[in-house]
Amino acid sequence: MTGEGFAHERKLAAWNIGIAIVALIIGSWFGPLQLFEHAGLDLYKYLAPGIASYYQGLTLHAVLNALIWTTFFIVGFTTLAVTYTLKRPLRYPWVNTLALILMVVGLLLAAVPLLLNMATVLYTFYPPMKADPLFYIGLTLVVVGSWVAGYGFYFTLHAWRKENPGVRTPFLAFATILNMVMWQIATLGVAAEILGLLLPWSFGLLKGVDTELARTLFWWTGHPLVYFWLLPAYASWYGMLPKQAGGKLFSDTLARLAFWLFLLFSLPVGLHHQYVDPGVPPGWKYLHAVLTLTVALPSLMTAFTVVASLEMGARARGGKGLFGWILKLPWKDPSYAAQNLAMILFAFGGIGGITNASYNVNLVIHNTIWVPGHLHLTVASGVTLTFIGILWWLLPHLTGKKLFSPKLALAQAWTWFFGMILMSNSLHLLGLHFGVPRRTALGAAPYNMPEWRPFQIEAAIGGAILFVSLILFIIVVVGTVFASKPVEKPVEMPVAEALEDPQLTPAWLDRWRPWLAFVAILMIIAYGPLLYQLISAGQFVSPGFKVW
Amino acid sequence: MTTEHLHIDPAEKRWIQVSILVLVIFAVAVGLTGFVMGFQVPLPEQRVDPALITQEGPFAEPGLRELAPGKYEAYILSQIWSFVPNEIRVPQGATVTFYVTSKDVQHGFHIQGTNVNVQVLPGYVGKMTYRFDKPGTYYFFCTEYCGLGHQAMYGRVIVEP
Repeated sequence: MTGEGFAHERKLAAWNIGIAIVALIIGSWFGPLQLFEHAGLDLYKYLAPGIASYYQGLTLHAVLNALIWTTFFIVGFTTLAVTYTLKRPLRYPWVNTLALILMVVGLLLAAVPLLLNMATVLYTFYPPMKADPLFYIGLTLVVVGSWVAGYGFYFTLHAWRKENPGVRTPFLAFATILNMVMWQIATLGVAAEILGLLLPWSFGLLKGVDTELARTLFWWTGHPLVYFWLLPAYASWYGMLPKQAGGKLFSDTLARLAFWLFLLFSLPVGLHHQYVDPGVPPGWKYLHAVLTLTVALPSLMTAFTVVASLEMGARARGGKGLFGWILKLPWKDPSYAAQNLAMILFAFGGIGGITNASYNVNLVIHNTIWVPGHLHLTVASGVTLTFIGILWWLLPHLTGKKLFSPKLALAQAWTWFFGMILMSNSLHLLGLHFGVPRRTALGAAPYNMPEWRPFQIEAAIGGAILFVSLILFIIVVVGTVFASKPVEKPVEMPVAEALEDPQLTPAWLDRWRPWLAFVAILMIIAYGPLLYQLISAGQFVSPGFKVW
Repeated sequence: MTTEHLHIDPAEKRWIQVSILVLVIFAVAVGLTGFVMGFQVPLPEQRVDPALITQEGPFAEPGLRELAPGKYEAYILSQIWSFVPNEIRVPQGATVTFYVTSKDVQHGFHIQGTNVNVQVLPGYVGKMTYRFDKPGTYYFFCTEYCGLGHQAMYGRVIVEP
């Protein structure tokens, strides 16, 4: 897939991915600073007054890395994955241009209060903490922009299906569009929270908010959000990485089935973030616990199919033995290595995720620093390191320039891997053994205990290694874009063939309506009565506070 | 085969069966320990008006109350950036039911080394019970970001032998 004839799509992708990279670079600086602060080295005093506090830095870290880097990257990546594999340009290019404009305007609007310390509310912005209205408006526009991008992809798929009756949708287009559909449904919660509660409240039209209702709407979006980040990474592991390893997709059928299961079960699970909430009856919490355990199934299926696909590649390259084939994987290719290392860390994140999902077991670690330990294995490793691996073919593809120093790119992946291991290991243990709270300037906490210190130093060493990794990332990106030689032949998007002709995959795995109907039923069961209860008994009594 | 069909490799089929079995066991285990054996998450208690709690009801005078020998209830009010009270003393073996709420923003109440872990919301009262069998000092931290002084917000339960 060389991208010839897709000038507009490439331009849109370049803009989205360029903005994503800038967000990741700015947002990531704060990560190591937080770990140093915990270990007793407070560097924030040198950032004042530009960055007023640990918590302003933390807000920027989470908003830029978890919301902006991911959303912009995903929209850019999806633009190429959809149009290249459908072999047709966007049906209405202006729709996707409009989407980009909305997202950029939203980002700029939200940036103003974020940088002026007028929205230091972290990325969860729990009321009754009240941010400047521009923050809510900006976030809304970013989300609406991503919806519009989704509509652009749906129109394109619809046009393709009319042009190609009876043909199975190519896997990468199917998987990335499914992710945008899931996102559309997922973000209805936060849209209702902002438009129905927070925005009118921040303008003074609504006197108070109901905190439990707001949290429930937020987490309607908040957990599927992590699947919105993850599914494009899975799309790469299923649909691109086997090609990079010299293999084929082991099972096109089960890959599609796994994605349908993600569409169903990544949505009705938000209450597992609210197990300790005082306003939600335990029956609803348990229902979401069961549904959350269910969403582990497609991830376990993914583990089998992806590993089998890579093993086929390694054996084709001469790999032998029960485990010896692992050595024959293309470890010297930075794009491959980054994604394989991401997978390994993600596996541990998944196991910890089952702990988090487990209802009463969750009480031990809820709201402790175990949780950021977990999400740095998932979003900051499984997802982000995969996206970085994707960049190592995508940047040469878009710019027509060679990857600047594949060796430094490899070093970037390995330093990220080991930095994250040290950091998340210590954060998990601190949360599990000592109940250390998350999202807290622990260096300044009067209760910071001597027995926490060895773990905090371990985390800070991890942070220092990650800092080096970030600098390597910047060198490779800037070097590739501005200082590298042109490629001899165009770098193509890797697209893995399936072992079996996708036309043999059952047709019910390529039909949208029944699955979408099933999603609606599940969401009504999982949220309908609870939301009705919360709204009808709602007490809109909490006035806003600015406490930073 | 040349017609469409749901083909699953036998090894992958076994993997899926084992995965489902493990997940079902987990779901049943947490359900039984939660709903039958009583290792429960916080249950909905009552609703309050955060503007009035310091004037009326039990949170007007937060603190520890003895209900019967060895049985206590503790009303803990959370506010920026302290718990009221921030220290309670009970004898070893005491069973304490904690009631927590907030008069301003969201907070978190987690007693180190115990299952007592509550999201503290203005307008709602969270309730959890725990029996302190071992003597010692149990710290509780604010576990939800509540502004600039969040890291200074903590307290302790002292269990006397």
